[in-house]
Amino acid sequence: MSDVKIEISELRKSFGELEVLSGVDQRIEAGEVVCVIGPSGSGKSTLLRCVNLLEQPTSGRIVVDGVELTDPDADIDAARTRIGMVFQQFNLFSHLSVLRNLTVAQRKVLGRDRAKAEETARENLRRVGLADKENATPAQLSGGQQQRVGIARSLSMDPDVMLFDEPTSALDPELVGDVLDVMRGLANEGMTMLVVTHEMQFAREVADRVLFMDGGAIVEQGRPADVIGNPQRERTRNFLARVLNPTHAASAVEPGESQDG
Amino acid sequence: MAVQTRPATSGMSKRQRAKIGRGVQYTVLLAVVIVAALLADWGRLQEQLFNLEVARALFPTVLTTALLNTVLYTALGFAFGLGLALVLALMRMSSVAPYRWISGAYIEFFRGLPALLVFLSVGIGIPTAFNDVSFSRNVTVMLALGIVGSAYMAETIRAGIKAVPNGQLEAARSLGMSHGRATVTVVIPQAFRIILPPLTNELILLTKDSSLVFVLATTLAQQELTQFGRAAMTTYPGMTPILVVGLCYLVITIPLSVLQQRLERRFGPDGR
Repeated sequence: MSDVKIEISELRKSFGELEVLSGVDQRIEAGEVVCVIGPSGSGKSTLLRCVNLLEQPTSGRIVVDGVELTDPDADIDAARTRIGMVFQQFNLFSHLSVLRNLTVAQRKVLGRDRAKAEETARENLRRVGLADKENATPAQLSGGQQQRVGIARSLSMDPDVMLFDEPTSALDPELVGDVLDVMRGLANEGMTMLVVTHEMQFAREVADRVLFMDGGAIVEQGRPADVIGNPQRERTRNFLARVLNPTHAASAVEPGESQDG
Repeated sequence: MAVQTRPATSGMSKRQRAKIGRGVQYTVLLAVVIVAALLADWGRLQEQLFNLEVARALFPTVLTTALLNTVLYTALGFAFGLGLALVLALMRMSSVAPYRWISGAYIEFFRGLPALLVFLSVGIGIPTAFNDVSFSRNVTVMLALGIVGSAYMAETIRAGIKAVPNGQLEAARSLGMSHGRATVTVVIPQAFRIILPPLTNELILLTKDSSLVFVLATTLAQQELTQFGRAAMTTYPGMTPILVVGLCYLVITIPLSVLQQRLERRFGPDGR
């Protein structure tokens, strides 16, 4: 029997009148790397944020590691310690040094002592190649470095699952590679990862499965070679044509279709 | 044939006119200074305003008692007010509606009252109305100044908390922190960095409001700067005591401004 880490069933999310997720079902197994692609406004970030309940689902069930998070009595704080989250805007604690960014939750949430917390923090800073930056403040780091600290901060909690919300979208192009390398390394180590991304090359190389979302639903999914290399659905083809060949985007856009989907 | 150049305007250029304008301004200033210097009765001014003998007589009590008491009263009021303001700000943003109402009513009420009225209520009104309730001088000042200051500071703190990007709270929650833990560990420390300038402002205002202690009966040892200056005016001729006391206020407030600028530079662009 396979080990299901994340189970999403009949997930719906509305903001007022606007339905952003209209019934999403998904099972992600241990060690699987799943990339979510799709146009902006398709609900992919909302899906990710529902998995650790940063967004409260309107209806549906989320089960992570056997714990039903959508159960009103679930200990959401305890569950979140096992779900790492990496944000598009990094969200490092700007008033704390890099080292303290990595130790603060270990100490206050997991109750680790200072020595253990710092040991774990340093180990994870090494893992993302920033061992020499522990005394820097976030503002002294480049975007790429900040994002790697963000990843190390999540890893310091020893999560079972990692969620990435467009982790490279806010970075200058030349800094994207370092962050993707760290993520690739994590995938190789067997981390279960759910990644919302626009990096098609990364999805193609690293993902076990790619989900294409549009209009709040999963339109197409499968192995990256199939979804990205040989998409079956019209909407998938249009999206990929625009993303993979941005300078010729106009020819791929159907008349009357909005650029900002 | 050579092209003839033509001046943009007849007469002076714009630059020349600006130069003359500036010259006129300096001349006026100089004239006023000279006239004032000639008309002023320097001997009388010195005797009434900068009388060194009177100034000397005020020392060291003006520092050891008056200045010290002003600092003490302000510190007590600010500490109490800041603590109360933090509670009020958190109540104002509470999900429990009655907390929001209570905090809102408190802020509206005390923000609208003259500080003098609050001093009279706490210092005289309450002890008169309830015979068994009486506060020591320090506690009275702490309560009165704190109540006045907290109404303003609560709004400042609330603004600061709102100014902390939501992503900071989300990151803290994602790491498993409860809402309360995240607020204390991540949001409030950042909010205080943001509101450092208005908070310093509030501290300086309280320093000056501490002069309202004068409406309460005080012993000599409890006098703060304003009271001390007022008493000295009845003993010595002229207004030198007021000048000395005024300078003493600046001795408190100017270092506060400098400290604020230092802290801001330290936390400023690097801290955010």
